[in-house]
Amino acid sequence: MNKKKSFLDVISENTFIHILLSILLGFLIGALFLAVMGLSVGEAYGRLLSSVTSVKGFSYVIVYSVPYIVAGLSVAFSFKTGVFNIGAEGQFVVGAMAACVVSILLPDIPKPLLIPLCFIVAAVAGALWGSIVAFLKIKWGINEVLSMIMFNWIAFYLSNFIAGIPAIHSEGSAEATKNISSNASMLFSKDFIKANGLAPTANWGILVALVITVVIWFIIEKTTLGYNLKAVGVNKFAAEYGGISVNSSIMTALAISGAMAGLAGALQLMGMGNRISVFASQEGFGFAGIVVALMGCSNPFGVLIAGIFYGALIYGGSKLNLVGAPTQLINVIVGTVVFFIAISVIFKNLKNIRMRQRANEGVAASRARKEAESK
Amino acid sequence: MTDFVNSLGIILYATLAYMTPLLFAALGSCFSEVSGVVNIGIEGMMTAGAFTGTVVAYFTGNPWIGFLCGGLAGALFGMLHATATVRLGADQTIAGTAINMLGPGIVIMIARVLFNSTDTIPLTQSQKLPKLFAGMFDTNTVFGRFLDNVFANYVSTYLVFAAAIIVWFVFYKTKFGLRLRACGEHPQACETLGINVLRMRFSCVTISGFLAGLGGACVTMTISTQFRPISIVGQGFIAIAAVIFGKFRPQGALLGCLLFGFCSGLKVVLGGSGGVDMQLLSMIPYVVTVIVLILFVGKSHVPSANGKPYIKAK
Repeated sequence: MNKKKSFLDVISENTFIHILLSILLGFLIGALFLAVMGLSVGEAYGRLLSSVTSVKGFSYVIVYSVPYIVAGLSVAFSFKTGVFNIGAEGQFVVGAMAACVVSILLPDIPKPLLIPLCFIVAAVAGALWGSIVAFLKIKWGINEVLSMIMFNWIAFYLSNFIAGIPAIHSEGSAEATKNISSNASMLFSKDFIKANGLAPTANWGILVALVITVVIWFIIEKTTLGYNLKAVGVNKFAAEYGGISVNSSIMTALAISGAMAGLAGALQLMGMGNRISVFASQEGFGFAGIVVALMGCSNPFGVLIAGIFYGALIYGGSKLNLVGAPTQLINVIVGTVVFFIAISVIFKNLKNIRMRQRANEGVAASRARKEAESK
Repeated sequence: MTDFVNSLGIILYATLAYMTPLLFAALGSCFSEVSGVVNIGIEGMMTAGAFTGTVVAYFTGNPWIGFLCGGLAGALFGMLHATATVRLGADQTIAGTAINMLGPGIVIMIARVLFNSTDTIPLTQSQKLPKLFAGMFDTNTVFGRFLDNVFANYVSTYLVFAAAIIVWFVFYKTKFGLRLRACGEHPQACETLGINVLRMRFSCVTISGFLAGLGGACVTMTISTQFRPISIVGQGFIAIAAVIFGKFRPQGALLGCLLFGFCSGLKVVLGGSGGVDMQLLSMIPYVVTVIVLILFVGKSHVPSANGKPYIKAK
């Protein structure tokens, strides 16, 4: 029965091709906007490409992508377990702030201890922030989307508040925290960066992101815990019938997802950030995580690639001003990509539609024949 | 005593001012969610409305045309969301996320072309929405001053109350409302009774975009006089939260928005008096919302078919 697959079959079945098509369409729509605005498409896209393909440019892309990858993993994990972690934003913020506070208050702990300590503190803070939401849902039935939106803002103001505490606040004029202890910094050594012509913020974060990717994949695909969580995500009633506690699953899922988001915050701080500013509006790493998880189809390795892609767009996009194209072009491109991913069911349905058309044609033909015969 | 009355007046004023855009967006969210379509793109639709409203008012000089166009811009994005989710069976959360990126992305790009900046040019007094009761009260008496404070809001505040009553009436007193609620609970049953579920949902999501657009326009055409990329930061999500808070009913959403507005007003007055850290005060609306949920509201009933694409059986 090894029938050769038709072109239509391949397109309608392969998710990877859907994503590639969506990306292509995203750039097409972006080009359309550029053309309408009277800007050179070639110049803008050329700039986008050239700014991310040099050694230095690519090292920037990697630096940018680390928090996106890990935040994306956080959201992807929650998607797999049937929860929509729109609260990754808040978990990211508390994670980053927890790591920041620890590294400022305990600056003299040696590097091999302080870095893991910061990770642990950030993960625990993120996990706690996620668990509160799960607890509210389990105990009082409070809608998790609602409480996550609230807790995102509470985290935002909490972070701004902590950044203003004298022991934490910068001694200079900057509206920000002090710089983190050099023992908590994950930057490559200055000589190494110089010798290889990397971005000045090049750091070890990407390795951590890779490890987390594999760990999340392992948890989802190879452990009983992952199986249980996925079962609840697919059908919670069936899972409950099968003896899985739905409540504790939600709690575990949000705790793990929150821990990942918290880690993403720590990685951003200890890699590129170096300190946390007092912000006027949410930074949006958690929301970017949603986009990355969607582009990566909630598959950990897909998220890894999507995170780097997103990092490239954000970094490349920041250089678009140089050719007079607006940075917001990136939002339009990514928005279009996500939009087409959302409607990628139509690619899947292409085949069904074709089949239905054929069936309809067949019915119409036979009806016409019958009518002809009856006359 | 005088101070207290003054503060109370300011709190009530701020409550209404904060509530206005939220309630427009929340009423919109009601339409979409109750008909069975999750609309997380409210934020993007508000941004589109905020920008379009200001720009049209700036170029035509007429705030009302601007306000209406703000709504229409939101409706356009609503139709985009409806096309994806209702017609093409897209995942509603993903499509909404896309709208949230496309809305700001597109309008800020247009802003760059029109004004060579991400901000629009501030509106003049006559290009803004008018205040309805400005100068009607004698500010020399305590009570007059109180009334002057409370009724210092722009006309949009009174419009949104009217809109809330109309939406309530449509939901519970008309055939359209009954059908729309049924579409969110049991679309299959609706279809057997000859209701076109897809058409119902399509129009509801479009209405939802229209109201969200009006909400966005309220932000930039009243107290703040220009559109900036940070004009709409999270109001759309707060509106969604208010709808969940209000158990997916327009009158509940009104309460949710009032509570949220009141806490924000409290924050303004307390912050003015100094003493407490502004960042901590800013948390009040969010913390109070959670506490009220725990103490008084509890579980909310989500429309049964909410979030599920309806595929017409052949």
